[in-house]
Amino acid sequence: MKARVHVMLKNGVLDPQGEAVRHALGQLGFDGVEGVRQGKVIEIDLAESDAEAARARVTEMCEKLLANTVIETYSVEIA
Amino acid sequence: MHAAVIVFPGSNCDRDLAVAFRNAGARVSMVWHKDTALPGGVDVIAVPGGFSFGDYLRCGAIAANSPICRAVVAHAERGGYVLGVCNGFQVLTETGLLPGALLRNANLKYICKTVELRVETADSAFTAGYSAGEVITIPIAHHDGNYFADDDTLARLRGEDRVAFTYCDNPNGSVGDIAGLLSHNRRVLGMMPHPERMAEAAHGGTQGAALFDGLVGRFETA
Repeated sequence: MKARVHVMLKNGVLDPQGEAVRHALGQLGFDGVEGVRQGKVIEIDLAESDAEAARARVTEMCEKLLANTVIETYSVEIA
Repeated sequence: MHAAVIVFPGSNCDRDLAVAFRNAGARVSMVWHKDTALPGGVDVIAVPGGFSFGDYLRCGAIAANSPICRAVVAHAERGGYVLGVCNGFQVLTETGLLPGALLRNANLKYICKTVELRVETADSAFTAGYSAGEVITIPIAHHDGNYFADDDTLARLRGEDRVAFTYCDNPNGSVGDIAGLLSHNRRVLGMMPHPERMAEAAHGGTQGAALFDGLVGRFETA
């Protein structure tokens, strides 16, 4: 199975990179960009064939390594 | 006093830290990240600056999960002393030994310069050689030194007198101007500035040496 993990900074945590992108979009003439948040996408190939077991395993990976839950949130898609 | 300096792939301040500890009178062992145990009789562990594992994923995240870091956490949990400088501070927050996290600098720039720090507490082995309120000059060199903790954590750190150093002129966006902080038992210190780079006359100043002298001295008088 394949898993896709999205990691984003939590709301309330300043995202200077997102702010820089927002500023650059404005300079390129893209009006009305009210906010940009930049995160990460991590794709994982798994030997596991059971979707629920795969989700549990990837969630554990997120808690232990892929996300820092002090500053980040994550979501897991299994396909 | 026996200090162990942890070496990760990408560490680049490990030997500087070792020199600073030796000059203060410590015996120093260098410990590779794949080792699973510390040398016998280690009193202080130092986690150095640099770019462990290329800062991949998040600064310090891969290092914090390396085999030796389990021994570092166990040492701290037994009441042992741990000093984390720069990338070492990032590693210590990633292990959970210190609260909060270090984000990209607010101005997005790598900042390499000498800054003024205010010593906020002299109540630790690391800061006993300074007086509270004293201003010292120490270099910084980092891209991800923007300390973040939520409001509750920040209030707790202040209430427990755990902020060790603050920036006089905040260079990186850190909440509360925090440059360094202590663990609950005051035996783990994480700081972004580099005291080992201001520890002998050839560095242009010696105000970092008191940190190493104080730490080594704690064991000699004990």
